[in-house]
Amino acid sequence: MAKLKKDILKVAGKSLKSRLIVGTGKYKSFTETAKAIEAAGADMVTVAVRRVNILDKKKPILTDYLDPKKIIFLPNTAGCYNSKEALRTLRLAREMGGWKLVKLEVLGDKKTLYPNMIETIESTKTLVKEGFKVMVYCTDDPLLAKKLEDNGASAIMPLASPIGSGLGLQNKVNISLIIKQSKVPVIVDAGIGTASDATIAMEMGCDGVLINSAIANAKKPVLMAKAFKDAVISGRNSFLAGRMEKNFYGLPSTPFKGKI
Amino acid sequence: MAKIQLNGKKVIIKSNFSISDLLKKYNLDNKKIAIEHNGIIIQRANYRKKYLKENDKVEIVHFIGGG
Repeated sequence: MAKLKKDILKVAGKSLKSRLIVGTGKYKSFTETAKAIEAAGADMVTVAVRRVNILDKKKPILTDYLDPKKIIFLPNTAGCYNSKEALRTLRLAREMGGWKLVKLEVLGDKKTLYPNMIETIESTKTLVKEGFKVMVYCTDDPLLAKKLEDNGASAIMPLASPIGSGLGLQNKVNISLIIKQSKVPVIVDAGIGTASDATIAMEMGCDGVLINSAIANAKKPVLMAKAFKDAVISGRNSFLAGRMEKNFYGLPSTPFKGKI
Repeated sequence: MAKIQLNGKKVIIKSNFSISDLLKKYNLDNKKIAIEHNGIIIQRANYRKKYLKENDKVEIVHFIGGG
């Protein structure tokens, strides 16, 4: 088992022991958020950038419950619909945290939350030039994924299905093509519905998965976080172990020799 | 006295008020926030030096939960 312990995900200059990255949105409370993240065993969490509530200073804030010194914060651009908004958000995040690791997500459609890849590619170029390490949420188009990698993306993060839909992996062929061609980590982001979806993504050879709604919207989020932890480890081990070949006919498991 | 827009809300501040004073007024931890002053990000080291004037737009942001 010692070999498995060394299975580290290296992304954007960080070494992650866990291949499960967790979003911090939609939980009932910050206590639940913190408990779920602990149960998930995540080393990295996504966070969003929003206005401080200046009128209600006593309200608890995320950083009272999660310490960026103990867990890697991956600031995102959730809710940004163009490059300008995304860049503004991430430059503020850099100033706030003092790090250059970010998740870029430029949306194109309010109904499907599908990414606007033209704006995403433009933003990636600018951010990379400014020294950011950019993990990029994207469509599952292998050509556009390649374009992101060519422009310096630190990780390719294709959707399994629309954000928050819970529909799971809808286009395994495309995800596989992206895995095969990419030299940077491929992390399935968005659309995973339940633990087995994560196992399948990891078995296919994804380097990691990013989960928010599937945990936060479960009836018991902390238990689901644990389920995802196990699912990702299981899928990864299964990928590393290499599955058996499929046969069209039955092959006996027991030798015929010595049969009475 | 000066009227500024803070996080989209009209706020009255004293004259010769710096960003540092504004953070004190609202009891905000400057390590957990980032500030944009008239569309330009202000580095933490400059909070004391940056004074606010009539009609300035200030945005103070922090990290919240998100996916």
